[in-house]
Order: sequence, then C-alpha cells, then structure tokens
Amino acid sequence: MELIVSGSDLDRLIRSLKEKGRVAGPVSRPTFRGRMVAWAEIRSIGEVVFDEAPRESMKRFLFPQPEVLLRFKRKGTGYEVEPGQVSQETVLFGVRPCDARSACLNLLPYQDDPFFLRNMAATVIVGTRCEQPCSTCFCRDVGGGPESIEGMDARITPCGEGSWKIELFTEKGLALFQAMAGGEPAPTPEGGAEKTPPLLKPLKSAPLSSLYESDVWAELARACLNCGICTFLCPTCYCFDIQDERLGSSGRRIRYWDSCMFPLFTQHASGHNPRPTKLHRVRNRFLHKLKYFPDRFGSFSCVGCGRCVRECPVGIDIRKVMKRLAEAVQTEV
Amino acid sequence: MEISCAHDPGQDKILSSPASNPYLPVRCRVEDIVVESEDGNLKTFRLSIQDQEARSRWNHVPGQFAMLSLLGAGEVPIGIASSPLEEGLMFTVNRAGVVTTALHRLSPGDELGVRGPLGNGFPVDTEMVGKNVVIIAGGFAFTTLRATLLYLLEYRERYGEIIVIYGARTPGMLLYRKELEEWAGRDDLSLHVTIDREGPGWDGLVGFVPTIAGQVAPSPDNSVALICGPPIMIKFTMPPLEEIGWRDEQVYLSLENRMKCGLGVCGHCNCGPVYVCKDGPVFKRSEVQRLPVEY
Repeated sequence: MELIVSGSDLDRLIRSLKEKGRVAGPVSRPTFRGRMVAWAEIRSIGEVVFDEAPRESMKRFLFPQPEVLLRFKRKGTGYEVEPGQVSQETVLFGVRPCDARSACLNLLPYQDDPFFLRNMAATVIVGTRCEQPCSTCFCRDVGGGPESIEGMDARITPCGEGSWKIELFTEKGLALFQAMAGGEPAPTPEGGAEKTPPLLKPLKSAPLSSLYESDVWAELARACLNCGICTFLCPTCYCFDIQDERLGSSGRRIRYWDSCMFPLFTQHASGHNPRPTKLHRVRNRFLHKLKYFPDRFGSFSCVGCGRCVRECPVGIDIRKVMKRLAEAVQTEV
Repeated sequence: MEISCAHDPGQDKILSSPASNPYLPVRCRVEDIVVESEDGNLKTFRLSIQDQEARSRWNHVPGQFAMLSLLGAGEVPIGIASSPLEEGLMFTVNRAGVVTTALHRLSPGDELGVRGPLGNGFPVDTEMVGKNVVIIAGGFAFTTLRATLLYLLEYRERYGEIIVIYGARTPGMLLYRKELEEWAGRDDLSLHVTIDREGPGWDGLVGFVPTIAGQVAPSPDNSVALICGPPIMIKFTMPPLEEIGWRDEQVYLSLENRMKCGLGVCGHCNCGPVYVCKDGPVFKRSEVQRLPVEY
C-alpha cells in the first residue's frame, strides 16, 4: 500500500522511534576537503540525503563493528559466560536499492547465523529510488536496478512541497507506519525484479580452471596494494575475524570485519600461507564474488554500488574484471 | 525476503540457548594431559564435558574437528582424536601459535571450552562399510585417524582388511605409542610403523611413508584409503599407490586451513569454491584435484 505523509508527520515518527532505538540515514557532513555523505543518526527526515550515495554502505547496521559473541568473567578457577549482544532496534531511512539488495545477498551465507538474523529482524529498511546513479555504478549488470525494492521494507520518495510518498512492502514496514495508515502491505510492485545479469550464466557454467588461470589476475595484482578498502566499503563483503579482548578479570569474544586482501587472513600458525601472494588474494576476492558465491547461491555477491571502483587507490575496476572474465570464457568455448 | 518479526520480544532468551548461539562453547574439564612427543610440542588432552545435557547431545563422526576455546586467548580448530565410542573427548595439540601455547600451559582440573563437532568426517558408516580400509598417516596428522581406527575396530565385522601405515621422524615423535603396541599384537589389523631414519633402540621399519606404502602395496580392490599428513607426504604417497591401480575416487584426504567460525561463514578457510570447515575437512582426492591449491 501507499500513503502520502507530511514532513512533520515523519519527524514526529522519527522522534518516537528514537525513544526505542536508533534512526539513521545518509546525511551531509562537512569534511576537511568539503563535504561527504555519511551514515549518522537523524532527528528529522530533512537531514537525509536522497540524491547522492553515502560513502559507506549500510552494512555496519547489520554487521556491527564489532559484534559481541559472548562475554566472560573470571569466577574462581573458571569463567562465567554470558551470551553476546542483543540487536538494537534500528530504522534506516534513505537506503539505496543497491545497499538494500545487499542485505538479501548477505542473508544467503548467513541464513543460519542467529546474530545476523536478529539484526535483520531488528532493522527496518526504508529504501529509496535511485534517482542519481553515479558514474561508477553498475547495478543492472549484477541483477539489481535503480527501481529494485529487494531488501526494502518500505520505500520513501520525496514528492515536493514537504510531502513524501511511502510505499509499504512488508509487515515490518507496515508496522512502522501503522499510526499513519491501516490496511495491508502492497504486493511487490511491477518492475521491482530486474533481469538476470547477462554474465551470470556464462560464468556459472565456465569451468573454474579457465577463470582461475586467466591472465587478468597478474595484471590486476601488479597494481593492487592489498589495502583492503574495497572489502571494507563493499556492502556484500561479509568475512569476519574472531578475537578475544580482555580487561582485568573480564572480557569479550568479538567478531569484526576482516579482509581477504590481508596475508594474515589465511596464514597458518605454522607460517604456511595457502594464498601467499597478492595475486592469490586478488583472485580470491573477485572469484568469490563472481564465481564461488554464484555457484553456491545463484547470484553475484555484488550489488554494483561502485564504491570499490570509486575508492580504489590504484583504480582497480570490477567491471573490467567481469569483462575480461567474460572474454576468457568466450575464448574457451 | 521473509523476515517478519520486526520487534521480537524473546531475543534474550534466544541468545542464551546454545542452539541459537553457535559461538557458545560447551564447558569441559581437563582430566588428563600426556606429553606425546620427545620435543614436548605435542600434548594430548583428555576432556570431560561438564554439562550433562551437552554431554548427552555430543555426537561426532571420526574425522570431524572442534574448536578448542580458551576465553581470553581465542579458539583453535583441532581434529577430534577420540572415537565417538570412548568416554570423554581427546585432542592432540601441536604447539604453534597463541592459543595452542596457552593450551599447553593448562593443567589437569582446568577448564576449557569446546565448540563442535564441526565438519563432515570420514564416511565410516556409508562408503567405507564392507571395504578394506588403508590408513596412511604421517607425523601428528594421526589424530583423527586414531579416532577412525578405534571406530573401525569396535565394529570390526563391518569392514574388510584393515591396514595402517604410520610414520614419524623419530620413535620419540610417534603418537599414542602404548596403543601402537597394543595394535601391533592384534591379528585383525596389519600395522606398519616407520621412522624416517635409523636410530638407537628402534628395530622396526625405517623409511619415509611413501616408500613403506609402496612396499606394503595394499590392493586397491574393494578398498578405500584415508591419507593424512604433510602435503609433501601425500604428494609422494600417491604415485606408488597409483602404480598398483589406486584411483583418486578411493582416496580420502583431510585438509586444514586457518579457520575462525567453523561454520562456513567467516570466509577464512575457503579453498576455491569450498569451505574446508563445512564442506570438509574430509574430501575425496578426486574432489581435491579439481580445487585450486589453496590449502
């Protein structure tokens, strides 16, 4: 279903939501060089930036950085163990279609992970249409699109003169705007689901060895610094490390973002490293996104947000990697 | 996407149940510690699960592993060396990094956590039934094979001939020496223990595992082989076996990689498209041949 609400109604809603949890959205922030769009808690809908992608994806709301798996406290000769953190009720406004879709893709590997599932359950994603694709975007090439509502509970569209159109897609979305509307959530509108990306099938049917042996990796790896920025900005990079932190007689076991770009990611305690070179690591990141993940779950592990392309210090471009792999597959046939 | 519970009231309850927090280890007590090797780097820990419910729920297949968890130090994936039919759990740990060093400092009576069992294990109840079983191990990779061997001996009538080839650098580096002596006395098991180089007080076989495997020349007919050891040993063990007709489909290997979650999520242990922790650690050699060499 659909409703038109005024800015003041939305602000009232945001205020009441903030009493129970957090409300966040992409907002404009001054920086040393000018401004940037960053995720922050909001007080009013007017703060939300709709026409520019935030520098970071929304993944920290579903993968808290860090997430506490358990807490422990010394007690006598043993320890007292308490369960980890409880998800925070969260409402996100202005999530772009690419970022909203990332939640669905990440749910595939995390389908049995209670932490991720609880974070998903506690988060309401109020998405938006993408009116302003960036020059580095390629959502259509990986199965998404500016009109996609995958992963959204509701969608908000500014319609001028201080009013907003709200479309509700899920029970969660409906519950959020309950005070303003009654009735049932709308069925998924037409045009939401995009076509299967053309490259998906050839890459899926290609034997791994032809992609693994491609000479594109040596070329990419030469420039790559293994800085890991691509993995941290990527909304669909979901790898994590687990470490213990201690302070006095108590501590916690946490998981937090890790990156397959780092040599330590795979290094055994013996010193042996199964992915010892940059080339191994670059190849693993792209093949995971474009081959391993699709083979297992049916979709690229990429939403085409373009953040890795935009922020890579040496200009590595996943679109070029896809093109080169497609060529490698074609010459194979 | 079907996640409809927007404001789930029972979160605390869900989180405190071990079934829903797969990262909560079960509490164990160290019952006994044995220094296995002459260099002191290998210790065997016998553990008992403290919680009765967790104890009755525990059920593993030989070849599976578990995360040994020391709060404040971390977790480490270690193959389960005890057979599922034994009382308690047993792990043999090589001291290599932060967590294993902390483990080596434990004393009997201390507490530690175990999270598992994880991974798939050897097909002891399926593909191995009715077959001759050849176990080939090198160094301290004998652990999960010990679990397997005990299981096979317990259900001896279900399997054909059992051949064990086990090698270590020196006599003092052999694991489970008392049990090796016992097994040597059995007539339903053919045991070949070897050391790399001749040494004082050793009158057994001398030679690398691949050489001995070539001499023993186990028949490939209606047989499976389980091979665990350093990659170099596996590499050189295969040619003499292939020469007498062994195929990759009959050979099971156990891979190891750095792991964090053990649940196929965290991304650390992947070897190309597979996760060693969840899809393995046991793979047929024919499967391993199709994977990139990232182990």
